[in-house]
Amino acid sequence: MWRFISLRLLQAIPVILVVITVTFFLVRIAPGGPFDSEKPVTREVKAALEAQYKLDLPLFQQYTSYLGDLAHGNLGPSFKYPGRSVNELIAAGFPVTAELGLYALLVALCIGGLAGVIAALKPNTAQDYIPMSLAMIGICMPSFLLGPLLVLVFGIYLDWLPVSGWGDIPGDKILPSITLGAGYAAYIARLGRAGMLEVLSQDYIRTARAKGLPQWQVVLKHSLRGGLIPVVAFLGPAFAGLIAGSFVVETIFQIPGLGRFYVQAAFNRDYTMILGTTVFLSVLIVLFNLLSDVLAAWMNPRLRAQFGSH
Amino acid sequence: MQPKIFRSLLLFAAVTLLASCGGGESNVSSGDREGILHYGNGSEPQGLDPHVVTGVPENHILRALFEGLAVKNPYTLEPEPGVAQSWDISDDGRVITFHINPEARWSNGDPMSAEDYVWSWQRLLSPVLGSEYSYMLYPVKNAQAFNKGEITDFSEVGVKALDKLTLQVTLDERTPYFLQLMDHYSTFAVHRATLEKFGKATDRYTPWTRVENIVNNGAFNLKTWQLNRRIELEKSDTYWDRDKVRLNGIVYYPTENIVSEERMFRVGQLHYTQSVPLGKIPVYQEMPDSPYVQAPYLGTYYYLLNTTTPPTDNLKVRQALSMAVDRDKLNRTVLKGTNLSAYSITPPDTLGYYPPKLFSFDPEQARQLLAEAGYPDGEGWPGLELTYNTSEDHRKIAVALQQMWKDVLNIEVTLTNQEWKVYLDSITQMNFEIARRGWIGDYVDPNNFLDLFLTGGGNNNTGFASPEYDDLVLRKAPQATTKEERFRIFYEAETLLMEQMPIIPIYTYTSKHLIQPSVKGLPSNLMDSVNMKYVWLEADEQASEAED
Repeated sequence: MWRFISLRLLQAIPVILVVITVTFFLVRIAPGGPFDSEKPVTREVKAALEAQYKLDLPLFQQYTSYLGDLAHGNLGPSFKYPGRSVNELIAAGFPVTAELGLYALLVALCIGGLAGVIAALKPNTAQDYIPMSLAMIGICMPSFLLGPLLVLVFGIYLDWLPVSGWGDIPGDKILPSITLGAGYAAYIARLGRAGMLEVLSQDYIRTARAKGLPQWQVVLKHSLRGGLIPVVAFLGPAFAGLIAGSFVVETIFQIPGLGRFYVQAAFNRDYTMILGTTVFLSVLIVLFNLLSDVLAAWMNPRLRAQFGSH
Repeated sequence: MQPKIFRSLLLFAAVTLLASCGGGESNVSSGDREGILHYGNGSEPQGLDPHVVTGVPENHILRALFEGLAVKNPYTLEPEPGVAQSWDISDDGRVITFHINPEARWSNGDPMSAEDYVWSWQRLLSPVLGSEYSYMLYPVKNAQAFNKGEITDFSEVGVKALDKLTLQVTLDERTPYFLQLMDHYSTFAVHRATLEKFGKATDRYTPWTRVENIVNNGAFNLKTWQLNRRIELEKSDTYWDRDKVRLNGIVYYPTENIVSEERMFRVGQLHYTQSVPLGKIPVYQEMPDSPYVQAPYLGTYYYLLNTTTPPTDNLKVRQALSMAVDRDKLNRTVLKGTNLSAYSITPPDTLGYYPPKLFSFDPEQARQLLAEAGYPDGEGWPGLELTYNTSEDHRKIAVALQQMWKDVLNIEVTLTNQEWKVYLDSITQMNFEIARRGWIGDYVDPNNFLDLFLTGGGNNNTGFASPEYDDLVLRKAPQATTKEERFRIFYEAETLLMEQMPIIPIYTYTSKHLIQPSVKGLPSNLMDSVNMKYVWLEADEQASEAED
C-alpha cells in the first residue's frame, strides 16, 4: 500500500511541473498586463512597477526564479493586492472554500445516496423514476440558476434563511451548500443506483434475504458498503471539482472563498496569484484522486487483496 | 461500519444545517440602534496604502480612515478645513500656504506636522514607488520632473515645511482645482515612523496597513479586515473633529455582484448599496418612499473613433455616425431613463460649466453627410467594427446603436466584445475602429475631461491632434484670471474638439444607490462623494416598516 502511495506521489511531480510551466507561459501570452488600467500610467511609472515585481527580468529568468521561490514554498506577492502575498490570500480563501465544498459534498451524499438507494430498491417503478428524474434535473440545472432561485424562495419570500454571507449570520451556510451540492447529488444518485442494483442481485444478498433479515438490515448492513464503491471513487474528483468550481456559488452568495480570488486573478492578470492558485489546486486534485483510490481500495476486498500481495 | 459512517454523516449534516437556522435581527435594525453603518462597497479593496492603491472602493475606505489637508463638503463640494484649519493663496494663485490644525493627531496620538506632508509627497512622487496617481501632484512646481527622475533633489520640488504647522506649496501656474486634489487619497499624509518600521518608504508591499500596524489620521480607525468578507471601522478618539462624528462604526462589504447586493439590501443586510441592477430600477422607482436615489454623476459614456483609419478618418463619416444616434430614445428604452443624453465630453454643470451642443439627432443630415463622404445610402460601405469590453449592459447599448446606424444610414456595423485587459490593450494600441469608453472625473473641473484629448495623451486613443486645442487647454486656460474667462477658453477648446468629432458622446452618468430611510446626512453630489463625518443613523417608523 505504501509503495502504491509513494509511487503515485512521485508520478505527480512531473505532472505538476508541466502545469506550472504551461500556466506560467500561457498567462504571459494573454494580451494586457497586470498594470494596465483604464487610466494608463506613464512609461516611467510602469517601468518602476515592473521593476518592483521583477517583471523587467528576461522571461526565462523570471521562470527559474519563480521555481526557486516555489521550492521554498513562497508563491510571491500578489500584483492586485499590494501588501498581500499569494500564500496569505490562499490561506484566507481556502478554508472557506474547503468548508463550503465539504458541506456541499455532505448535502450531495445525503440526498444523492438516499435517492440512489431508494431508486435501486424498486427498479423501473415510480420509486425509481421519480428520484432519477429529479437527479436529471439536478444535473441539468446550473448553479447560477438554482442559487438565485433558492434565494428568492427561502431568502426573500419565505424569509427563512440569509441571502448571502458565510459565517456572519446564523444559517447563511445552508443555501450555498445546497446550491453547490445539488449537481453532485444528482451524479451520486445515479452512481449509487447503479452500484446498488449490481450488489442487490448478488448471491449473498439473496442469502441474507433467505435468512429472513428485514429489508433495512439487508440494505444498511450488507448492500451499502459494496453498492457505494462507485460513489466513493467519485468523491475525490468531486471534492476537487467542488473546490475548483465554487466560483459561481461564491459570487452569488458573496462568499470570501478561493474561487473568487482565482477567477478575479485571471481577469486582473495577477500572474503570481493565477500561478499560485493553479499550483495549489493541482496539488489538491492529485491528492484527492489518490485519497479516493485508497479509500475505494479499502472498501473493496478484491482490490485490498491486490495491495496486500505487493 | 458503513451504515454507522453514513448515519453519522447524515446526523452531522442535519445538525449543522439546523443549528445554523433561525431568524435574528437584521444588520440594519441593529446598526440603527448601535450607530453602525452597513455599506455595500462594490469590491474588495486592493489595499489601504493611499499612495499605492487606485479605485473607487479604496477611495471610500481611505477617506474614512485618513483625512486630507482640505476636504470636500458633501453638500456643496467646496473645500473645507481638514488637517489644515485654513490656507492662504497668493495673488497670482501660485503659492498656497496651509496652516495645519494644532489639534490634528495621528491615531497613535502623535501630532501632525507640515513635515508629514513633505515626506509623504516625496514618497508619492518617488519614481521607484510607481504610484499610479502621482500625477495628482503634477501642478506642484517640479513635481513631474522629480517623478520622472529628471531631478533627484526633492528640495527643488515646490513643497516646504516653513515651520511645524505651516506648509507652503508652490505651483507651476494657477490651478483653481488644486484644493480639491487635497481630498484625493493619493495626496494624503502617511505616518513616517510606521512605514519605516515595516520596510523602505518606497516598498509597495509591506504590512504597515494591517489592523495591528496601521496609523492613520481620519475620523475612523481600522478595527477588523477580513479578506473578501468585511472591513470594520470604528470611530476614532484621537480625530480633531471627533465631536462632530456621529457614527460609531462602519462595516464595508465587498459586493461585486450587484444582484446579490440588491438582495442583501432587500433583507436588511445593508444600509447602502453601491449600485442598482438596471432591471430593478423601475420597480424601485414606483415604490412610495422609494429607497432608490439617483443623481447626476461626473462621468461620460462615449465611443472612441479611430481617426487614423478609414472610414472613420473621414470627418463626415464621424459626424454622420454621431448624428444618427437617437440618444433620447436609447435612454428611454435600453437605459430605462436613468441617464442623461450627452453631446459633448464634459458633463453639464461641472462647477457651473456647460459644454457646447453642436449637433442633435438628425437622420436627414446624417444621411446627407454619409453621401458626401462617398457612401450614399450606405453604398460601398466598407464595414465597421465596434469593440466593447464584455458586459451585458455595454452589449445592449452597442446593439441599439448598431440598429440605429442600420435604420438611419443603412450601414453594417459588427460588434466585438473583448475581455477587460484585452480590450484595454486594443484601446492603448489603437487597434480598433470604434470602441466603448467611459471617463469618471477625479475632480470637478472641465480640465479633467478636456486634457484627455491633448495630442499624444495617454487617454486620447483616437489620433485626434490639434495644436490649437493643446494651446487652449495647456497654456491659455491656466493663465485665465477669472472663472468666466477660464470657462470661455474651455468652451472654445471643447467646440474645437466636437467639430472634429473624434468621439461619439452617448450619455452622462448618474449615480444610483439604494439607501435605507434611517441613513441621514448623505446628500447626493456630482462626485458621488460621501463624507462619513456627516452621516448618522436615525431609526424611525419608516425604517421598521421597510424591513417588514
